[in-house]
Amino acid sequence: MSTLLEVRDLKKYFKTPSGTVHAVDGVSFSIEEGKTLGVVGESGCGKSTLGRTVIRLLQPTAGAILYDGRDISSPSKEELKALRREMQMIFQDPFSSLNPRMTVKDTILEPMEIHRLYDGDRTKQSESVLDLMDTVGLARRLADSYPHELDGGRRQRIGIARALALEPRFIVCDEPVSALDVSIQAQILNLMQDLQEEKNLTYIFITHDLSVVKHISDKICVMYLGQVVEMCHSKTLFKQQYHPYSQALLSAIPLPKVGVTRKRILLRGEISSPIDPKPICRFASRCPHAKPICFEKEPNLVHVKDQHYVACHLQKEGQPYELPLPEDTVEIENK
Amino acid sequence: MNENKLLEIKNLTIQYKTDNGLVHAVNDLSLSLKKGESLGLVGETGAGKTTTALGIMNLVPDPPGIIIGGEIQFEGSDLLKLSKQNMRKVRGEKISMVFQDPMTSLNPVMTVGKQIAESVRIHETLSRKEAEQRAVDVLEMVGIPGERFNEYPHQFSGGMRQRVVIAIALACRPDLLIADEPTTALDVTIQAQVLDLIANLKKEQQSSLIMITHDLGVVAEVCEKVAIMYAGRLIEYGTLDDIYNHTRHPYSIGLFSSIPSIDGDEERLRPIPGLMPDPINLPKGCSFWPRCNRATENCKRAVPALIESDPDHWVRCIHIDKAGFFEKNAVSKKTDTSRNESITHTKDTDVEIDSSKLEESLASG
Repeated sequence: MSTLLEVRDLKKYFKTPSGTVHAVDGVSFSIEEGKTLGVVGESGCGKSTLGRTVIRLLQPTAGAILYDGRDISSPSKEELKALRREMQMIFQDPFSSLNPRMTVKDTILEPMEIHRLYDGDRTKQSESVLDLMDTVGLARRLADSYPHELDGGRRQRIGIARALALEPRFIVCDEPVSALDVSIQAQILNLMQDLQEEKNLTYIFITHDLSVVKHISDKICVMYLGQVVEMCHSKTLFKQQYHPYSQALLSAIPLPKVGVTRKRILLRGEISSPIDPKPICRFASRCPHAKPICFEKEPNLVHVKDQHYVACHLQKEGQPYELPLPEDTVEIENK
Repeated sequence: MNENKLLEIKNLTIQYKTDNGLVHAVNDLSLSLKKGESLGLVGETGAGKTTTALGIMNLVPDPPGIIIGGEIQFEGSDLLKLSKQNMRKVRGEKISMVFQDPMTSLNPVMTVGKQIAESVRIHETLSRKEAEQRAVDVLEMVGIPGERFNEYPHQFSGGMRQRVVIAIALACRPDLLIADEPTTALDVTIQAQVLDLIANLKKEQQSSLIMITHDLGVVAEVCEKVAIMYAGRLIEYGTLDDIYNHTRHPYSIGLFSSIPSIDGDEERLRPIPGLMPDPINLPKGCSFWPRCNRATENCKRAVPALIESDPDHWVRCIHIDKAGFFEKNAVSKKTDTSRNESITHTKDTDVEIDSSKLEESLASG
C-alpha cells in the first residue's frame, strides 16, 4: 500500500484585529491510498481549516503537503487546476453548497465543462452525468430538478456526484452527514463506503460525531485547538485512549443502550482561545491529569506503541501510560 | 382523570395551511405523563415533535397552524380551552420550554440576569431586588457564577447560553419542562455538562420533563419513557427497556440499526430505505408502509390502531399481534436499498413491493 498524501508540520494562521488565530498549528499525518483518515474534534478545533488547507482551498502559512510524492504547498495556477481533478471536496451543508439556480444536471456537469472532459463533447458529458446519477443513487428523472425541490439526503447525493465528476483519487469530506437524519445518514455512509471500494478512493472524513468516524475510518486523529492530540487505528482508539482529552471526549458520548453503567469525565471550563496561544499544553487548563510541566511547555506528538501517537507530557516514546480515571467523574446509568 | 397524571393529551390534531396544501403535522396524538416522569419524544425531521410541544404550550403559529381537535388536560383543565390570559399564567410558571438554538432564543440587548428576573416578575409578585436575587440563585444552580448577572448573551459561550436558557425556564420552578433538542447545537463534552445539569435538576425539583430529540443516546440517559413519532403519529410508546430491548415497530427497529455503534464492529449499516413521506400527501393506511419491509396490502387500507403488545408497551403496526413479536435482528436484509432510490417517491403510490413474498413470510412467521 502506498502513501497518497503526507502532511508535515502544517500551519494555517489567520490574522484578525484581536490577534493571530492559530487554526491549524503543526499538524502531521499521512494517508495510504484507498484508506480513510477520520478527523474528529469539537467546534473551533481547526478540523475544517485543516481539510481546506490540505486540498489547497487555503494557502498554508507553513509546512509541506506531499501528494503522490509531489509538494503541493505552493503550486502554480496550472498545477493547481490539474490538482483539482485529483482532489475534491464534499461539503457539510447540502442546503447552501449547491447553486439554487442550477439544475441537478448542470451542477454535476459544471466541473466537466471547466476541465473540458471528453474534449468538451457535450453529449458524452451528459451521458456521464446520468451515469454518475446512477452511481450515487439519484433517479434520472430528477436531472432537471432544482435543489430546493429535493430533500437533504438527495442534495447530499448531488454533492457527492459533483465531487466524483472529475474522477478524483482523493476526497475531503467535511461533515457530509451531519445535517441529515439518522436513517438518511446511514444511506449516505453506505454509499460512500461502496464508492471507496469501487473506485479505490482516499478520504479525509471530518466530523464531530464519534460513532460515525469510528464506523467509516481506518485511522483517526483527534484534534484539539489546532493540534493533533492523539492519532491511531480507529478501533484501538475506542478501546484505549492515551490522551486525557480523548478519554473525556469518548466518555461523553451518550450510548443508545439500556442497562449500562459507566463513568463520565466532566470537563470543567470551556475551550480556551486559539488566538495567540501560549506555548504550553493547550488542554492543560481543563485537564484533570495536569502537572506543573503542562503549564510550562508544549508536548510533542510521541509514538507510544503500534502506530499510536499521543501529544501529552504523561506519555513517553515507547512507554504508554494508562490513564487512570480522574476523580471528577459522574456515574451515568441508563436504566 | 388519574390523580397521578400531570399531563394528558387526547387525540391532538394539528395542521398547517400552506399554499401547497394542508400539512398534517400532528395526527390524532394521545400521550400522558405522570408527575415527576420524564418522556423522550423521538423522531426525525418533520415527525411532528416540535409541533406537539408548541401545541402543549398553545404556541402553534396561527396562521398557518390550526389545532383541529383534541384535548390537552393539565392539572384539571384543558389547555386548549384556556383564555389567553390564563394560558399566559401557565406558560413559564407551570410549563416552560427550552428551545433548540441558544443563539437565537436570548435577547441580545438585555443582560442575562435581567432576562431571568423578567420572567420571575411576570409570574410572581416580587420586588426587583428579590427577583434579581432569584436570578442570581438560578444562575448559580445551572453552574454560572452569579457575578455574571450583568453580562450580555454574546459574552457567553454556546454551552453557557444554553444554561442561561435553562435557568430562565426553571426560574419559576415549573411542574413541566419541555426541552426541544436542548443539546443538538452543542459539542459532546458540553452536551454532557448540560445533560448532567438537567438530570440533577430533575432530581432536585421533582419536575416532569418532555425531552424532544432525535438522539437515542440522549433519551437513554435522561428519560424513563419513550414515545417514537413518525409522520405526525405516535408509532411506539413504552419504557426505556421496552423500546431499547424489545423494539417492536419496523420503523423503530430501522432507527436503531441506522446508528453506527461505538462498541460494536459492524461493517455495514442497515438503513431504512426511502424517505419520510410528504406530510401534505401522506400515504393511505399506515404512513410507514412505503418504506417498510413487512408491508402488505392490508397496511394500505387503514391507519393501524395502537396495540398494547406488553403491559403499557404500545405499538402501531398491524403485524404485531399477527406475526408475533419482531426482534431487532429479524429485519430482512433484502431491502438494503441504500444505494438506489427504489422506494423514495412517496408522493405517488407507484411503489412496487413484492407483497406475495411478504404475505408468505408473515403467514409462516
